Amino acid sequence: MIAIIDYRAGNLTSVRLACESLGLDAQITSDPAVIQTAQHVIFPGVGAAGAAMEHLRELELIDTLRAVVDSGTPFLGICLGTQIILGHSEEDGGIDTIGLLKGDVRQFRPSDPLVKVPQIGWNTVNQKHPHPIFDGIENESEFYFVHSFHPAPEEHGCILGETEYANVTFASVMGKNNLVATQFHPEKSGRIGLRLLKNFANWNGSSC
Amino acid sequence: MLTKRIIPCLDIHEKRVTKGVKFKNNVVLGDPVEMASRYYEEGCDELVFYDITASAERRPIDIEMVAEVAHAIRIPFAVGGGISTVSDMSRVLLAGAEKVSVNSLAVANPDIIAEGARAFGAQCIVLGMDPVAVEDTTTFPSGYEITTRGFRERTGMDALEWARKAVDLGAGEIVVNSVDADGTRAGFEIPLTKLIAENVPVPVVASGGAGNAQHLVEVFEQAHADAAIIAGMIHTGEFTIPQIKADLATAGVPIRKVW
Repeated sequence: MIAIIDYRAGNLTSVRLACESLGLDAQITSDPAVIQTAQHVIFPGVGAAGAAMEHLRELELIDTLRAVVDSGTPFLGICLGTQIILGHSEEDGGIDTIGLLKGDVRQFRPSDPLVKVPQIGWNTVNQKHPHPIFDGIENESEFYFVHSFHPAPEEHGCILGETEYANVTFASVMGKNNLVATQFHPEKSGRIGLRLLKNFANWNGSSC
Repeated sequence: MLTKRIIPCLDIHEKRVTKGVKFKNNVVLGDPVEMASRYYEEGCDELVFYDITASAERRPIDIEMVAEVAHAIRIPFAVGGGISTVSDMSRVLLAGAEKVSVNSLAVANPDIIAEGARAFGAQCIVLGMDPVAVEDTTTFPSGYEITTRGFRERTGMDALEWARKAVDLGAGEIVVNSVDADGTRAGFEIPLTKLIAENVPVPVVASGGAGNAQHLVEVFEQAHADAAIIAGMIHTGEFTIPQIKADLATAGVPIRKVW
């Protein structure tokens, strides 16, 4: 079973529908017991980092997330979920976030007024390291992004894929041990996004 | 590189896709879920559905249709028409839509933009606007006045002023649908699109007038649109999305190549 973590950070319908369309058994939950017994965990989210952290604290899920990642369960962060896996975010005046990976989250500050924020749309991902989640996915394939902030991990070794926007080359896919995290939305990225989700569901969490 | 988005628009009336000129003389084209699935398979980047009579008839949007579309396609789609409250938005988003589009009802109650952005994030809230060219540039410095309710009513509001206000309130994207170009298939209204795109910090989607791939090249290159809506040119079968994308690629417009 795949647990899709519900921490009141946006709409999880499309993540669930994407999993269902692949024939995967996925359950939307905020129950720590369910999350800790799942074979795979998806940590999605859209919205603001500050509110997301508050909800995680209220639901007492931060320790659960750490325990899941420490236990070796394959773990996939998506969009805001990916950002708050890092230690600090510039959003909401600057806040500390979960810190499963070292690094911070920075705002796009385009100098060209025609470069819009949020970045909305399909952008390419340059695969920097082979990883099971890229199986069958061509390098430089496009995925769907919607975001105003981007990950800036401290350890360059955890950058699996990079994307360029607003004069910044940012980590659009990060990975360390049994954790992977995408800034884009695989659940809305058509057939290629579905392939990435399927790769995740087939992955046992061991890094290559 | 971020690619330019091609967004087929499906106007829905009584559970069927229809197409008219300037919101008049609509003819039935097909089933929304079947058409959405076909365009998804052909490689469109996003879709938008407008329940074109919900607002005028003051009735809620067809949630069942939204849920069926969400089951059928794995790309983002927006839904508009008849959305007047946060709970309307919530129903549409929970059914699986990525974004909601507000238009006439946001003119009547601009706070709905702010309330929606607070509840769901700015990226979920699209402002649709239907500007018409006017001669009175004293009252309307941009040269365009906002109309509502399917072009039936004038508002006295300047198009650029409204776009800026909507962004301040929290709109994450603006669809600029030219009343004068709508349904003509004679090309987008470049000056209008350019004016809005150059003066708001959020992405701008051009709408109204797409008739061939060259029109799309023009609106991306000259008017700096981030995305463009197409309708009649593909609904009639005259063009297909792969053909259009191939022409755009040849012209040097960045587009999504693999799907």
